[in-house]
Amino acid sequence: MSTLHTVNKSPFEKSSLDACLAHAGTGANVLLLEDGVYAATTGTAVEQRMKQALDSVKLFVLGPDLMARGLAEDRVIQGITVVDYAGFVDLAAENDKVQAWL
Amino acid sequence: MKFAIQINEGPYQHQASDSAYFFTKAALEKGHEIFRVFFYHDGVNNASRLTTPPQDDRNVVDRWAALAEQHDLDMVVCVAAAQRRGMVDEGEMQRNGKDATNIHPRFRISGLGQLVEAAIQSDRLVVFGD
Repeated sequence: MSTLHTVNKSPFEKSSLDACLAHAGTGANVLLLEDGVYAATTGTAVEQRMKQALDSVKLFVLGPDLMARGLAEDRVIQGITVVDYAGFVDLAAENDKVQAWL
Repeated sequence: MKFAIQINEGPYQHQASDSAYFFTKAALEKGHEIFRVFFYHDGVNNASRLTTPPQDDRNVVDRWAALAEQHDLDMVVCVAAAQRRGMVDEGEMQRNGKDATNIHPRFRISGLGQLVEAAIQSDRLVVFGD
């Protein structure tokens, strides 16, 4: 019984990522998309928080949204998986529910 | 698998409609079924056939309409949200005494019950918004 959580806000703008990570149970999947992708990059104030989160949840980031913001995939924190829209669809299908943290 | 898609934001203002479009397209390419695409709140503005973006920009409305044409998608606009924002079809024009319509023919106006039904009938409801 797993849930896919989607977060589309930058952690530097809104607290939805924090709220999501505080709520997501062990083994949950979290997909970062739109401005949410900023949380997946190295060298930011939330990098440690993301690395901690990887101990309990699986993190994914939408590749096309990284590219649209000029962020290279080699800037993604190790352990976070880059997926395309087909991968997003697979995640939605593999999990029982999709919860958008709008 | 059956998916229902909900879009809460209008075109060009927010990425939600673009994200939803690419998700829907990818799901269809993988052989999944899209039970319904429901446009809610400012999302109703995705249905205006009068939309005319510059030629070198994507046409969000036509793009949805083309995908709907190709895959026979049911694209529903929330009636209460549409009335507030001046999204009008023939029925609404007559009922509210308006002098024009502006909805693209690939979309239809209906009630929130259509969203509830989509959520019940589909395996997954995926929401895109602000």
